[in-house]
Amino acid sequence: MAAPSTTVPSAGPVAGSRSFFSRLRDGDEIARLVTFLFAAWVVFLTLVIVFELWQSSVLPRHKFGFAFLRTSVWDPVFDQFGALPFIYGTLVTSAVALVIAVPFGIGAAIFLAELAPARVSDTLEFFIDLLAAVPSVIYGVLGIFIIVPAMRDFIEPWLKETLGFLPLFKGPAYGIGFLTAGMVLAIMVVPYIISVSREVLLSVPRDQREAALALGSTRWESTWKVVVPFARTGIMGSIFLALARALGETMAVTMVIGNTPLISASLFSPGDSIASVVASQFKEATGDLYTQSLVELGLVLFLLTFVLNGLARLLILLTSRRGAGTAHA
Amino acid sequence: MTMNGQLRWRKLVSNFMLTMTGVCALVSVSVLFFILGYLVYNGGASINWNFFTKLPAPVGETGGGMANAIVGSAKLLLLATLVGVPNGFFGAIYLAEFSGSKIAFVVRYAADLLNGTPSIIIGIFAYAILVHPFNHFSTYAGGFALGVMMIPITLRSTEEFLLGVPRALREGAMALGASKWKTIATVIVPAAYRGILTAILLAFARVAGETAPLLFTALGNRYWSHGFNEPTASLPVMIYTYAISAYDDWHRQAWAAGLVLLALVLIINIIARSILARGISVPRS
Amino acid sequence: MKRLAAIVLTTFGLATLFVANAALSITGAGATFPYPMYSKWFDEYHKKDANIEINYQSIGSGGGIRQVTEGTVDFGASDGPMNDDQLKAYQDKHGFPVLHFPTVLGADVPTYNIPGVTQELNFTQDAIAGIFLGKITKWNDPAITGANKGVNLPANDIIVVHRAEGSGTTYIWTDYLSKISEEWKNKVGKGTSVKWPVGLGGQGNEGVSGLVKQTPNSLGYVELIYAIQNKMPYGKVRNSSGAFIKADLASVTAAAAGAAKNMPDDFRVSITDAPGKTAYPISSFTWLLIPSKFSDASKRDALKGFVKWMLADGQNDTEALAYARLPKEVIAKEMKALDRIQ
Repeated sequence: MAAPSTTVPSAGPVAGSRSFFSRLRDGDEIARLVTFLFAAWVVFLTLVIVFELWQSSVLPRHKFGFAFLRTSVWDPVFDQFGALPFIYGTLVTSAVALVIAVPFGIGAAIFLAELAPARVSDTLEFFIDLLAAVPSVIYGVLGIFIIVPAMRDFIEPWLKETLGFLPLFKGPAYGIGFLTAGMVLAIMVVPYIISVSREVLLSVPRDQREAALALGSTRWESTWKVVVPFARTGIMGSIFLALARALGETMAVTMVIGNTPLISASLFSPGDSIASVVASQFKEATGDLYTQSLVELGLVLFLLTFVLNGLARLLILLTSRRGAGTAHA
Repeated sequence: MTMNGQLRWRKLVSNFMLTMTGVCALVSVSVLFFILGYLVYNGGASINWNFFTKLPAPVGETGGGMANAIVGSAKLLLLATLVGVPNGFFGAIYLAEFSGSKIAFVVRYAADLLNGTPSIIIGIFAYAILVHPFNHFSTYAGGFALGVMMIPITLRSTEEFLLGVPRALREGAMALGASKWKTIATVIVPAAYRGILTAILLAFARVAGETAPLLFTALGNRYWSHGFNEPTASLPVMIYTYAISAYDDWHRQAWAAGLVLLALVLIINIIARSILARGISVPRS
Repeated sequence: MKRLAAIVLTTFGLATLFVANAALSITGAGATFPYPMYSKWFDEYHKKDANIEINYQSIGSGGGIRQVTEGTVDFGASDGPMNDDQLKAYQDKHGFPVLHFPTVLGADVPTYNIPGVTQELNFTQDAIAGIFLGKITKWNDPAITGANKGVNLPANDIIVVHRAEGSGTTYIWTDYLSKISEEWKNKVGKGTSVKWPVGLGGQGNEGVSGLVKQTPNSLGYVELIYAIQNKMPYGKVRNSSGAFIKADLASVTAAAAGAAKNMPDDFRVSITDAPGKTAYPISSFTWLLIPSKFSDASKRDALKGFVKWMLADGQNDTEALAYARLPKEVIAKEMKALDRIQ
């Protein structure tokens, strides 16, 4: 059994009194410096990306200013660029995706967290996680070959027949468009809602449920009226995460949205999203204003996802802290 | 309604809603099997020797393959791993072992920002710094774009697993006189290796399927790409190009490629998660 | 585990070494219009000379113009000739001009997918302009049925399909529309990327043909070979002499006859709505965009060698893919113009 060595691993306060180079000879300081550089590089990289986006969108910002966000004309021939149709398309497809995915996701999460026995729950969760790993181009391929024909031949005509009086479901049923893109996005984001919601539901302390049941509520009532509200902020967080993912999705959307800069109340209409138009037009944008307008679109998208991701993390954090705080000692 | 009647109604509602949640779960899970089944059915027959060994044939002709796309994807992923993993790994060591809480907050925030950045933006960035100044598309640019996407996943997950190593291990090593870096290298990292490996594999699987950043960086290639300085074909981009066309032969190849890509991604995910099969939950990105 | 990693890494390393041979790789990008022809040609040329690999990526004519101007590719390709502003932009950036070299003649055809209709449709100028302006919305509109007696056209909405990205095929189509419709000329204009009044966007000729093939009641414009290779019906178009002409080798060659004799030195010319009783009105040349100066002599020589081959033996391959060969006068002029590439 070796006696404790007399060499004390260097600590901050002591090291401060030595010069930089003599500190460097110490293995620990080198390790600290090297790993610090790697960590700092991450921050640097992020800053450079933002800087690059900002720099490369100078022209349209000077020419259009904030009107860029309000204009809906996208005309490369006459050099008029407005972001509104793409912002609209991005938001609409994401909204449709959430409307479809949230009920499914929360429903499935409730099943996995409250009803399924632990092994079944874990196995199903395993498959859900695999679903989250499927590459987006494959969702795009499925979109083109399965969802688009299904929408065009069955679902959209049916919606037209039953709900056609609503402006949402007017116009010819192309098969591609906002609704289809939203549908494909819904399938892509459901796993995120399920896995995060399941975790927050599982972390709700048992006594909450048991108190509700002891007071005579049914299983469903205790779940829906006690457990879910308790996990409310975390579930909201999962929805924000799903939203952020939906906003930035490129390939699956560009393959089924119709690539037309159009603002329309009808969900059957073709449209375009920010990520989709950048992917299809960036390589061929001739002229600096055109290219930089696309970069500015990218900047807008970046800011949108930045805000939403921040909100999501905050919400998830709030729930888990709350759950831990009220747990039995 | 009598008390009993009310109770019966509530119980009915309860059973119905709970069954619905089961349906939701079942539908969600079955999507995965549907996707797999569809790709196997449509693409399985086209996975033949030609697919793995031949180069693409001229437009409209049959008999081509995706050999260059498979190798191209492999090269891109190799580069991505070299760019992303050391960065994430060593950065995580800094966060877990050395840093103060303020710097840690900034780094974690930046990593989350990077993680949430849409992949098409990373593509624009890589074009601006690695394609435009050098005047050609290249595997380097594509690998860099994918590597940047790997960094935050690797960083956050590795950090979590390092922090999960029990204090007793660290203190024991220090008590025996090991310096900090030696402790990290010989005790802490090996103790967390399962989780770290999982994190790397998951990050790898995530970027293996990325298409958008490659559109402006690696472009595409009908031939073999020599070295790393030329444009290269890749599986995801080939799938995209072939799927949106009208050629039936290209569709068949797209399905086959989709099956290969999906199988690769799923197998890596399964391996990664089973490494952690001791019931420790995998942190989600 | 470690051994497995070592084996995998070594295999990768060997693989990259194996393909890192001495072949000369040239990258080009641009038009999807001639892509079937180019991919066949580059494949043939590679068989002739295994050391030269010409990697052509079909990203659209807009992309060809942009990337050759940026300098990220060695040559570009476009079916819409670069306009004066674009030529100036190139000259300003590089200090020397970019040259146009016509390669083949092709045609934009109106391809459609109407359930129950297998006959060839006749399209008048008014019909095409009206449909793409969004004024003619149903297949059984009199403007269409008037020219197609005996065909049972349904009362369904016409789904217009156009190009989503910058395209020379679009340039040809809108160039034609601008010539036959004053309203189109003022409202939309011609270009590789325009503000379409109606329609869905597809990526490349490949994407448009894919969309039309899968969407009932749709009408799109694609290069002739895409409609043929995908066995899609395409209509006849009425030319300036009043005859309904189907796009084929003879009618496209007839459209180029006038231009062949009066070809300008920079080879930029439009042959849409060409005069001539048998001329197909939506025909066009397509060009390679080649820089007039190369810093890499081997690339320059390889490209010049390819163009020479293309103008001679290469022209024999065109007809099998439904592209018309270049007129003799144009070939002779191009051979001389090759000397301009330094």
